Amino acid sequence: MPPANASTMTAPHPETTVQASTKPKPIAQEKKLSGDLIFRWVTTIFAMSILAILALMLTEMALQSIPAIKQFGLKFVTASEWDAVNGNFGALPYLYGSVVSSVLALALATPLSIGAALFITEICPRGWGSMIAPLVELLAAIPSVIYGLWGVLVMAPWLQSTVEPFLIDHFGALPFFQGAPYGVSMLAAVFILMIMVVPIITSITKEVLMAVPQSQKEAAIALGATRWEMIRIAILPYGRSGILGAAILGLGRAVGETMAVTMVIGNAPQISLSLLSPAYTMPSVIANEFAEASSKLHSAALMEIGLILLLVTLIINAMARLLIWSVSRGSSGGRI
Amino acid sequence: MNPVLFRKFKNHLMTFLMVAATAAVLVPLGMIFFHIVKMGISSVNLGFFTEIPKPPGEAGGGMANGLAGSFVMILMASLIGIPIGIFGAIYLTEYGGSKMSTTVRFAADVLSGTPSIITGLVAYSLLVVPMKGFSALAGSVALALIIVPIVLRTTEEQLKMVPGSLREASLALGVPFWRTSLKVTLRSAMSGVTTGVLLAIARVAGETAPLLFTALGNQFWNKDVTKPMAALPLQIFNFAISPYDDWHRLAWAGALVLVTIMFTLSLTARYFGRGRQRV
Amino acid sequence: MYYSAANLKVTDPAPALKVQLEDVNIYFGKTHAVKNINMEYPENSVTAIIGPSGCGKSTLLRSMNRMHDLVPSARVTGKILLDNSDIYQKGVDPVSLRRKIGMVFQKPNPFPTMSIYDNVIAGYKLNGRMNRAEADEVVETSLKRVALWDEVKDRLKTNAMNLSGGQQQRLCIARTIAVKPEVILMDEPASALDPISTMKIEELIEELKERYTIIIVTHNMQQAARVSDYTAFLYMGDLIEFGETKKIFTTPEQKQTEDYITGRFG
Repeated sequence: MPPANASTMTAPHPETTVQASTKPKPIAQEKKLSGDLIFRWVTTIFAMSILAILALMLTEMALQSIPAIKQFGLKFVTASEWDAVNGNFGALPYLYGSVVSSVLALALATPLSIGAALFITEICPRGWGSMIAPLVELLAAIPSVIYGLWGVLVMAPWLQSTVEPFLIDHFGALPFFQGAPYGVSMLAAVFILMIMVVPIITSITKEVLMAVPQSQKEAAIALGATRWEMIRIAILPYGRSGILGAAILGLGRAVGETMAVTMVIGNAPQISLSLLSPAYTMPSVIANEFAEASSKLHSAALMEIGLILLLVTLIINAMARLLIWSVSRGSSGGRI
Repeated sequence: MNPVLFRKFKNHLMTFLMVAATAAVLVPLGMIFFHIVKMGISSVNLGFFTEIPKPPGEAGGGMANGLAGSFVMILMASLIGIPIGIFGAIYLTEYGGSKMSTTVRFAADVLSGTPSIITGLVAYSLLVVPMKGFSALAGSVALALIIVPIVLRTTEEQLKMVPGSLREASLALGVPFWRTSLKVTLRSAMSGVTTGVLLAIARVAGETAPLLFTALGNQFWNKDVTKPMAALPLQIFNFAISPYDDWHRLAWAGALVLVTIMFTLSLTARYFGRGRQRV
Repeated sequence: MYYSAANLKVTDPAPALKVQLEDVNIYFGKTHAVKNINMEYPENSVTAIIGPSGCGKSTLLRSMNRMHDLVPSARVTGKILLDNSDIYQKGVDPVSLRRKIGMVFQKPNPFPTMSIYDNVIAGYKLNGRMNRAEADEVVETSLKRVALWDEVKDRLKTNAMNLSGGQQQRLCIARTIAVKPEVILMDEPASALDPISTMKIEELIEELKERYTIIIVTHNMQQAARVSDYTAFLYMGDLIEFGETKKIFTTPEQKQTEDYITGRFG
């Protein structure tokens, strides 16, 4: 309702100022379709579209994999025959390849990353640290296809000519190092994944370690601890869950890594204890076969592998984030 | 051994191990760089930027179509992804606090942790199947799915850093809320938002997996975004796994160019990020 | 404690009443922050609201240009009349309202991405385009009115963040008066400033009162005594006493007021 009676009660008063003479002007009415309302709707729609994307993603993938789920049921993850011609699809070799390559890569990368992060934060002179850290972060941004290029053209030949013969000669008795040196192999995948996740784990671990309060370190030093003891007593326990989170995040990255692994693992759907033999992973088989899937069932099987991959990375990432939050909440006030 | 000496020995040993770990981290990365630069420089020439790939066995050729294709797809992906990310972030900061915004934030986190090949699968079933063919458009959508969460989260962080007093100042001047959001809040956070956008673009510039069965790649020139289109990372991939030395050389040249582009973007992003603490 | 408007009516030969509060209550969720306030502010006067921190004085001030609209949990009841029409009645556009009732904040908050010039006309600029000559004029008048013109006229296009705190605050006042408000709300405008800048702001308030109705929140009692015509003392969300400044500071009626202004608590 317009304030029509605005002037009725105003006592007469000699007005001299400019703005006073123009009044009383009524306060403007609120418009029905105001810019604010439109703005609210627009931003809401954009925000909702992110939810829509995720929902679409899950439903599409689930729908598309239904034929395979119906056909094979649980056998899909326990059978190891993958035969596109006869329409027999068992994904075990891919699951095995993904698990083994990621876990081994992580087992190698985590200690290296923690060591490097400790070196950057605690040992090296300040100037060095501020040079190494951005370098490591820059390396985390190198595209996977370039790691793959280097892996297949430089690292794999070197493995074939030097490392693998050495392993066969000296550790050939172990089941892990049997067979001929191919170069492209599970071992190559493990190495390339390790190289790729190290920058990620290092830079997150570095952040976690830098959040350790100076007072904790000083307390340890004041007790007469050596530097290593200070690290062991004050720093590592404090950052433990954060470092674990960083490692799990690295695992998520390794599991989903496609290009570099595809280029060096040899792409053979087999389960072999030997690290020297070629293998296959879930993302790799999707990358290699999806564009030319021969039948509806074939692409459904690949979709189902994608769905499994998505769920696995979802769980891994949720775990990692929970861990990292639990650490950073105190220091940086991060919210959900 | 004397306990003090033992402790000192342990300290030195662990220090040595940390140095060794750092070396083990940096050496392979240094080698990758070394090879990219060494192999790349000897293979990059003018033809790389002006010609399309030649059949195996013929020397020369370039990745001009891949460069152009990447540019087109990144541009389209940005046009789709950046507005969603920025407006979504405005929603989260300005109208946030509800269950809805927690859900959106969670969805963005899930998206950003999704392997990039999955976004390719999604774009495939959303666009390639209905359109009955691989297309640059589908590739762009796949890349946009990667851009959205990155832009959303960095923009949100930046918007949260804008002090409420600026918003109040603008509102108290009788500026509508929506103009305040865009012209004061977002404007003040612009340098940080730019950083996020550039980092997102740098990230998708190197993405290969999402393009494998969306844009598919193309040996030739193509200006039609509803048809398969070449992309630089795809060409690097295809040439790297080929058995031909000439193609390997092109792949190295492509890698050098790609890394240069990405580092330029990252450095520019850092430059923009520098001034943002001042607000 | 509750005083009816009649009890507290200002005794001076009354000029027009610009703003009136009738039974104003403000809640944040379950917290009752401001309780049953009745007050009247004559045109072209300066009214100071004093009280210990947390007494609700800023909360009350912010209700007068509907800044609480943005806080979902905030609720304002009662009437706030500007020229006898309720600013909370249905259909009133809070955005246009804020052009009539401007606000100056505790900490100087110029827009960091804008020049001095753009800051002054921000109220126009953010709302659309403005012609050049008109803008020049608004900038000059506004800056002159806050006595900043001579200090900055040679560097209007430089960033506003380069100004000192006191200059920034005067710039913020210039920005507020540039949109030609009728009432200016000031929320401890000098509390973040040094003594000399504070003095300048106080002088400015004295001059601005000729054109505007000013309501100022302050925790500095000397400041209230120096600049205001009327003073209101708020305690725990209640209006304890409201009257002419001279009277409040010399012969307050309430024991609590006396205790507060003599520094026995707060």
